[in-house]
This record gives sequence, structure tokens and C-alpha cells, in this order.
Amino acid sequence: MRRKEDMINKGVRLDHEIILELVGPQSTVLDLGCGTGELLDILAKEKKTRGQGIEIDEQAIYECVARGVSVFHGDVDSGLAEYNDSSFDYVILNQSLQQIRHVDTVLNDALRVGKKVIVGIPNFAFYKARVQMFFRGRAPVTGSLPYQWYETPNLHFLSILDFIYYCREKKINIEQSKYINEKKRVILFPNLFALVGIFLISR
Amino acid sequence: MTKEKIILPENNVGIVKTEYFSFNGITLESGEKFGPITLAYETYGKLNASKSNAVLILHALSGDAHAAGLHAEQNAIGWWDSMIGPGKAFDTNKYCVICSNVIGGCKGSTGPSSVNPKTNKPYALDFPLITIGDMVTAQKHLIESLGIEKLLTVVGGSMGGMQVLSWLVKYPRKVRSVIPIATAIKHSPQQIAFNEVGRQAIMADAYWKSGNYYEGPVPAKGLAVARMIGHITYMSDISMAEKFGRQKKNYAEPFKFTADFEVEGYLRYRGDNFVKRFDANSYLYITKAMDNFDASKGKPFYEVLKDVEAKALVVAFKSDWLYPAYQSKEIAKACKLSGIDATYCEIDSTYGHDAFLLEVAEETHLISHFLKKVVFEYEAKGRHDK
Repeated sequence: MRRKEDMINKGVRLDHEIILELVGPQSTVLDLGCGTGELLDILAKEKKTRGQGIEIDEQAIYECVARGVSVFHGDVDSGLAEYNDSSFDYVILNQSLQQIRHVDTVLNDALRVGKKVIVGIPNFAFYKARVQMFFRGRAPVTGSLPYQWYETPNLHFLSILDFIYYCREKKINIEQSKYINEKKRVILFPNLFALVGIFLISR
Repeated sequence: MTKEKIILPENNVGIVKTEYFSFNGITLESGEKFGPITLAYETYGKLNASKSNAVLILHALSGDAHAAGLHAEQNAIGWWDSMIGPGKAFDTNKYCVICSNVIGGCKGSTGPSSVNPKTNKPYALDFPLITIGDMVTAQKHLIESLGIEKLLTVVGGSMGGMQVLSWLVKYPRKVRSVIPIATAIKHSPQQIAFNEVGRQAIMADAYWKSGNYYEGPVPAKGLAVARMIGHITYMSDISMAEKFGRQKKNYAEPFKFTADFEVEGYLRYRGDNFVKRFDANSYLYITKAMDNFDASKGKPFYEVLKDVEAKALVVAFKSDWLYPAYQSKEIAKACKLSGIDATYCEIDSTYGHDAFLLEVAEETHLISHFLKKVVFEYEAKGRHDK
């Protein structure tokens, strides 16, 4: 586990570390909703990827540029249509799928534009969320769903199981799935104990 | 204008002088040979030993080669002084910054007001119809005369951005990167329409005389109106409201249609001032060149960019309705589709098209980091590039 310690020493987020494992070296990557470009920056440094991002927030764009990450200022919903099939080895939607208006269209396009797609989602069925709902009768606020109902950018609320069923229904192939909570990886009962699910999918 | 002594802003490049490069001429895109040509230009900062740190800055419709520093006699500070100098976006401690004027202009370069050596009179309408591409061809002669093989970047806003795109398409191997700002692959009908109204204003002026006015009074009213229209399109609804409101000027004149509102006074002042520094025929020629410009040559733009290796930083402004952000987005999209490493940013500004001269902090951040990366990648590539 030497590598993992290296990553933690570098302050790499656990979800980024997992995505780093899923992405092949020297590949091309499109990060949809890339935020401040942290993930693309790590991928470029550790895996020598050629990456670019799409991001809607102007301040985040400035941080991307300061990092040397190439980024397109725009919204993900309208950002994919013009790309040719298989333009990228990987298209990444890390913590952005739940904020996209047209999930179906974007995922379809992502699976067309990317040879593989990596999706990271916050798990609405995390046990702490269930406790807040069931015993307190409140909308859940958790590590992966940190927003109050009145300020959340999220449009869709789904569980790990929901995503797995969605892929089954849409005939999307889940090649790998990884689950994490606040501090470490989760293997048992992810839909109950994982805050975040990360999937490597393809068609 | 009062002749007060201008105090140099911080990190200024100091007193500068316009220089002039003359050469035999070029073959215009129309096929016609034209010469001799003089180009006005200025440089700030030093060219390094490998001549790899040259930045070419290109100006908008009414601009000139004086982009930074102070002209001692005219007491004039350069039009992009806030961006050029030690520690600024175009850091003159690191880069050799060149700003070139355009042919067709009236700011020291060969244009319709220049003397035609064949007749010893100003060209007037004998001057050939030039294109943005012709401006760039002439600039390439200048750059080569300075011994520069490849430019670190070519940057410009508005018509300057069109020249940037033209550099990218015509001489892709001569540029390491490009920064087109608030510009378009080609003019929309709306943009052509505004230019046409400006041209009509000039040509409707009785003093225009089919362009032969150099020995008498100039078509001042027409050119002033053209400039007034221009200024309206450079601002936004919000920036005008903030600048003028419905404020009235408080002196009375014995005429019904005086400039009552602040905004009227401003436009008249801008129009009248412009006449003192710009040639009406140049205005016709240059606006026509802008309207005729099409970097995509009728094809999808990404196809034209197929073999380009340069990096691109494309910048637009939210309130710019003359060169709306969608036009910059098209540039950035074409870059991405053709495999050019491109960044696109739409700056949230209320200044309208003028924003490219005013949003200094945001542009400085984007450009200084972008250039840093271009230099880093060039150095990492080592000497293979040559």
C-alpha cells in the first residue's frame, strides 16, 4: 500500500485516488464539471494524461487556468454534442451527474464521446441519510450531500442501487465499481455504508 | 485636450517611440501586387537569445501601434498600458512585446491617406481593397525582419482578434499560441450592418467627395457620426446607464437640439475627437476588411485548423453584444474539435465590447498563467521544436 500513502501525503482526495486507479496512463480525458481542475491536474501529473474540462463556474475557470488545466467555460448539458465518437479514452462525471438537467442525454453522449465513462455519485441511501430521514424526519445532509434543501445545486437524488438499476435498464455495462465513505473504501453493503459510488462504465 | 503632464502609472515601460518598417510590398489576397509598404510598430522588453519570447499584439479598428508607455511629445499613454509592462500580463521582464499597426490605416502605416509614389498624391480610393489577411501578411514581413522565427503568442481583441485568427490560419507554424479576445470567425449580418451605417455616414458627407478630400476640408461630420455609432456598440445598456444615467448637462444654448443629455455630449465629444486622429477613408477600408473577413473560408472552421499545433486561449465578455460570446465559443469549439489545446472563458463583465480594454484583473490572470504554460511546454519540448 505504499502508493496509497504517497497519495495521502500529497493530500489527494480519496475519490480522486480511485479515479486515478481507473484511468490508464497517457490517455485522453474529458472531465465534465471539472471544478477547479484538481482532478485533471493530478491525472496529468501522475498518469501523463491529456485532459480538458468543462466547467460553468467562472471563478473555478480561473483556478483551472492557474493550474495549467485547459478548460471550456460552459454548461455540461450543451457541451458534448459536437464531439465525434470516441474522441476521448475517458469521460469523467465526478459528482456532477446529479447536477445535470438531462441525465439521459448527457450520459448517452458521454458514452459515445468517451470509450469509457467514469461516474462518481453521492449515495442518497447512505445510512446516516436514512437515519436523518427516518428518525428525524429531515432531508438528509451528509458528507457527500452537504447542502441544505434551499441551497443545493443537485437536481437529482439517487442511491448506488438506483444507478446500478439504471445501467441495467439502459444496457450500460458496469466494468468496475468502487465505494468509499468519509475516510476509506467500503466493500460490504455499499448502498448502506458508502457515501460515494464510483463506476467505470461503457457501452 | 489640456497639455498637462501625464504621470506615468506604476510598472510602466517608460518613454517609447513608434518605429517604422518599410519594404517592397506584398501580393494581396486579391492577387494584386502592392507596395511599397510601411508598417508602424512599437516594441517593449528585450528579445532573448533564442528569440522565443516574442509576443505580437494587434489592435482594434481605431487603434495604433502605441500600446504601452508614454509618447513624450503627445503626452499619450498606450491603449493597453494596463496589460503591458514589468510584472503585468505581458510581462516585459520576460517577454518582448511587439505591437503592429495595420496597412490601410492612418497611424503611420501605408493607407489611403499615404502618398502614392506613382502620382505623388494621396492614394484615396486608388488604394486597393485590403483584407485582414493582407494586414497579417505585411505583419509577417515585419516579424521576419526582426529575426523572429516563431511567436510565443499573437493576441488581440475585436479586429485584433480577427488578425490573430488570420495568423493562426495563414501561418500556423509561426505561432506557439494565440489569444483571440471578443472577436469572431466572421461578422454576422448585424455587425456588417453597423459598419455599413458608419460608412454611409462618411460617404453622405458632402466633403467626402468620393474620397478626394485630402487637399480641402475632411468629411468630419460623417466620420464623427460613424464613430458615435461605434461607441454605442462598444458599450452595454448597463454601462451606459451607469456612466450617464439620464443626467442632463446644465448649460443652455440658444438652439432646440443641443446635447441635453450627458450621453449626447459624450458621443459628440468622442465623434469630434476621433476626426482629429483618424482618416475617413481608412475607416471605410478597414471596416470593409472586417466585414469581408472569414477565417473559415466557407468551410467548418475546425477543418481549417486541422494541422495547427498552437495552443489557444479564447476570451469573451458576457455583456458584449457587438461580438457576442457565442462567436468566441464557436472559435473555442472549433479549436477543441480540431484537437487544439484550448481554454475558453466568458468573463462576467457589464462593460460590453469595451470590456477587453477594461477587465484588466481577469485578463491578466488568464493571460499570465496561460503564457507561463506555453513557455513551460516549449521549454519542456527542448530544442526539438527548432
